[in-house]
Amino acid sequence: MATPNGLLTVDAVTQTFNLDDGGRYVALQGVTLDVRAGEFITLIGHSGCGKSTLLNLMAGLSQATEGGILMNGRQVTEPGPDRMVVFQNYSLLPWLTVRQNIALAVDTVYPRLSIGERLEIVERNIQLVNLSAAAQKLPAELSGGMKQRVAIARALAIRPTLLLLDEPFGALDALTRGNLQQQLMQICQESELTAVMVTHDVDEALLLSDRVVCLSNGPAAGIGRIVEVPLPRPRERLTVMDHPDYYHLRAELIHFLQEQRRLKQQAAASRR
Amino acid sequence: MTTLTPARRRRRRLLPALPQLLPYLLCIGAFLLVWQLLSAVLGTARLPGPINVIVDTWDPYISQPFFDDGGTSKGLGWQILISLQRVAVGYGLSAVVGVAIGGALGLNRFAGKGFDPVVQVLRTVPPLAWFPISLMVFQDANTSAIFVIFITAIWPIIINTAVGIQEIPQDYTNVARVLRLSKRAYISNIVIPATVPYVFTGLRIAVGLAWLAIVAAEMLKADGGIGYFIWDAYNAGGDSSSSQIILAIVYVGVVGLLLDRLVAWVGRKVSRGAA
Repeated sequence: MATPNGLLTVDAVTQTFNLDDGGRYVALQGVTLDVRAGEFITLIGHSGCGKSTLLNLMAGLSQATEGGILMNGRQVTEPGPDRMVVFQNYSLLPWLTVRQNIALAVDTVYPRLSIGERLEIVERNIQLVNLSAAAQKLPAELSGGMKQRVAIARALAIRPTLLLLDEPFGALDALTRGNLQQQLMQICQESELTAVMVTHDVDEALLLSDRVVCLSNGPAAGIGRIVEVPLPRPRERLTVMDHPDYYHLRAELIHFLQEQRRLKQQAAASRR
Repeated sequence: MTTLTPARRRRRRLLPALPQLLPYLLCIGAFLLVWQLLSAVLGTARLPGPINVIVDTWDPYISQPFFDDGGTSKGLGWQILISLQRVAVGYGLSAVVGVAIGGALGLNRFAGKGFDPVVQVLRTVPPLAWFPISLMVFQDANTSAIFVIFITAIWPIIINTAVGIQEIPQDYTNVARVLRLSKRAYISNIVIPATVPYVFTGLRIAVGLAWLAIVAAEMLKADGGIGYFIWDAYNAGGDSSSSQIILAIVYVGVVGLLLDRLVAWVGRKVSRGAA
């Protein structure tokens, strides 16, 4: 077993799924990764490479077939609010208002706090994502970007040790996405959050991360390469690209993804 | 588009709803016309046309819906209320029991799977097949009629409630798992609101079946009620018996439609944001 020197340790994890036709699909094979406290990590790779599978394992929503995940040295066996997830499709409860959605999380995680303290947490986090005007609205009345802000506020409100984000901005238009990336980055810096985010957007990965973990193609996906992003913080979405290292880093990631795409096409061609 | 002449514009202002109503007026008019023609071919004694029905039953059945000559000789308003009362008891019971059983079967995978064949077999039993056994058990026509409604209406409620619980989106259960909601909080915050639209789908199918069953049950054995009225008109309605039956059928249809819409409306009110 690897020594748990990080906040969260992914230790030689292999994940296989049983297929309907009786076969087995190896999604991830031998993945090992340390997430240090205060670090922002993105998982990048082509669709179907097991990014979300790895994130779900970290969340505890599913269990690894082999290997294990340690959080603060303890094995992860079930999901918990210390590893709060921001889901790709927001996963807000449609019958609760914005405020009620966040309050449900706060009330569940902090049952010992007084009602006043809990209300205060809820309101503070609604303000944090600039949704005070929409606090009484139902999710169906909100745009995609607003829904994702609610999901982020709900996650931040319970102060997770590790924030897990599964392509949180995937369904949003470019402008909204840019604004939310900036907001998320500020929030993470201010509250020194540790976060792991799944994305397939190279610029998003560079803007937000300390390290970009590149996953190779499935089946049997693994970590192809880890790219350190030494760009100075605080970063700005519009100026980060001016840094002399930016295009070199970007080229490295793009090169990796293109290489993977080529391998995928080769594999497909040889099957045919 | 061509510009409207002043005369046309005026007509449009006078009858703003006409374009919307036109399909209904034309099609229903055609339906009534075919009916009237069919009646002319078969003879009004065998099949009265729409005009005969209204003329024959105007006094007392249409003009006085709430007359009461004692016994079972009552206006159609009373007869329908008697039927509705039976439906209310039987349907109300099936709603309560059906949601409880459906909830249990939905939450418990083992029981849900095990009882599914029983539910699937019993739900196809026609309402009237329950009537003899119901009479044997309860020894009372009124109670039996109510039981027939109960047992007819309960299956779609059970099935839809159970399916609603089994179909709760993974997204919501993931939220519950990550937050570690207690079983109670999970049921009240996620299971119930997510299932309400399904339950009301079941309740809506059930109210139609209940209304179907009551008319049939009353035709067999009951004192009063719209089904009894139809059977009584057939046996002892005199010259206008066929007109009385047709009028009653129209009333049954309209009340059934209203019940369906009522349940649908309540369902929309209750399932806030979820449907």
